[in-house]
Amino acid sequence: MAEFLSLQNAVAKHIHDGDTVAMEGFTHLIPFAAGHEIIRQEKRDLTLIRMTPDLIYDQMIGAGCARKLIFSWGGNPGVGSLHRLRDAVEKGWPNRIEVVEHSHAAMACAYEAGASGLPLAILRGYIGSDLPKVNDQIRFIECPFSGERLAAVPSVRPDVTVIHAQRADRRGNVLVEGIVGVQKEAVLAARRSIVTVEEIVDDLGASVNACVLPAWAITAIALAPGGAKPSYALGYYDRDNAFYKAWDAIARDRQAFLAWLNDNVFTTRADQGAE
Amino acid sequence: MSLEFTASEMMSVTAARALRNDMICFVGIGLPSEAANLARLTHAPDVTLIYESGTLQTRPDVLPLSIGDGELCESALTTVSVPEMFRYWLQGGHVSVGFLGTAQIDRYANLNTTLIGDYRSPAVRLPGGGGAPEIATHAREVFITVKHSRRTFVNAVDFITTVGFGRDGKAREGVPNIGRGPSLVITDLCILKPDPDTRELVVTSLHPNVTREDVIEATGWDIRFATQLERTPAPSAEELEVLRDLKARSDAHHSSQP
Repeated sequence: MAEFLSLQNAVAKHIHDGDTVAMEGFTHLIPFAAGHEIIRQEKRDLTLIRMTPDLIYDQMIGAGCARKLIFSWGGNPGVGSLHRLRDAVEKGWPNRIEVVEHSHAAMACAYEAGASGLPLAILRGYIGSDLPKVNDQIRFIECPFSGERLAAVPSVRPDVTVIHAQRADRRGNVLVEGIVGVQKEAVLAARRSIVTVEEIVDDLGASVNACVLPAWAITAIALAPGGAKPSYALGYYDRDNAFYKAWDAIARDRQAFLAWLNDNVFTTRADQGAE
Repeated sequence: MSLEFTASEMMSVTAARALRNDMICFVGIGLPSEAANLARLTHAPDVTLIYESGTLQTRPDVLPLSIGDGELCESALTTVSVPEMFRYWLQGGHVSVGFLGTAQIDRYANLNTTLIGDYRSPAVRLPGGGGAPEIATHAREVFITVKHSRRTFVNAVDFITTVGFGRDGKAREGVPNIGRGPSLVITDLCILKPDPDTRELVVTSLHPNVTREDVIEATGWDIRFATQLERTPAPSAEELEVLRDLKARSDAHHSSQP
């Protein structure tokens, strides 16, 4: 049953050095506040999983939290490179990271397989691609019915999944609206989950087919208004595209990045949650 | 009367013209998105645009900066989860054309968006595959739009992220449940199509004021030209006006604080 914690306590209690952590949100609802709290608590040796590492993992990789990255598209959308990710891969700064890369289709299927309690996902994928040559987690199997050659990847089973959502009710049920990405699958695939929310309300106001995660499927909920910025929360605030563009110059330079981290992460505090 | 236009505008207008009103198009971000929305705002008002964020049949007023901008969701017929997007709508066979950009392309239209150099110690690490590897095999055909230069048009890509026709042009032969692959490449200099027998990309049309030498100079292999080489029609006044308006309001939108 979901426990209401402050963001600080939720991260301290449920995320440990060496954990495999998935922080999802496909461009929308990216849990930045939680990422910053992980940086502040100086978590180390994390295996980070995310379809699109985005700025959140660029920041966490640059801050030295990651040992390994599992992903499928690692750019700054519409802008260019993730320079902290590139610096880690190309130059080993601040530390070397192991990279395991997939296609979006395979990762989406791997999350779904994790949520389904299956050991693997099957898809018609990677035909003619070199990705299977550099990722031994991509294998091929023969369909027992048709004989067709299909791709197989292991399911995603994180120790912890972290997502951001619009709101929770006071019993801990959570509503996710808009681009829902793989958030539901990521929560259900994980051993533990932390959901940060814009607000806690009496009534979710969910329509009958809405994407609702029941309280009994979530480990912890933390109130974090604005917790997806500079990404966005449909119905609350827009994507800060100007910041995504500005990030290019900040992240390109190690000193500029460290100064940004100091001014915007280390010297600020997580929003106080409903304890 | 002749109109002034840039090579980039020529590319976007030509790429937009390739889309028809009855197509269901899975749109890549950047140049493909610009072209697809220009098509929707000009000759193909009912073209169906799908983005990998799960937004089905979307009609954005400004070009999205990312594949999942709120504008895409709010103007869509409906928004589905990402697993559903890739499994039901793409793998399920509903997409008629995949519209992709790339960092490198080779003579068999293989695409590299992974890295330059060696995989274990890359000279330049690029973003990676994203949706492209499966878009290129599940869509019934694939359009590619990319700026023409020796850095981009290479003899053989460093890494095949997304298959065109493979290293030998035969990668799709005998593979069940696969689309026909790249049918059209639109650059800022010309239009290329795969040779029906060898699958090697051949220049079929030169844009206005572009010479064969310009294309040879910008291509990293011994490029061939079709016997019946055409001249791409210049952009119309309407196409240019709609494109410039679209870009101006998109730039203004992405520069403002929310």
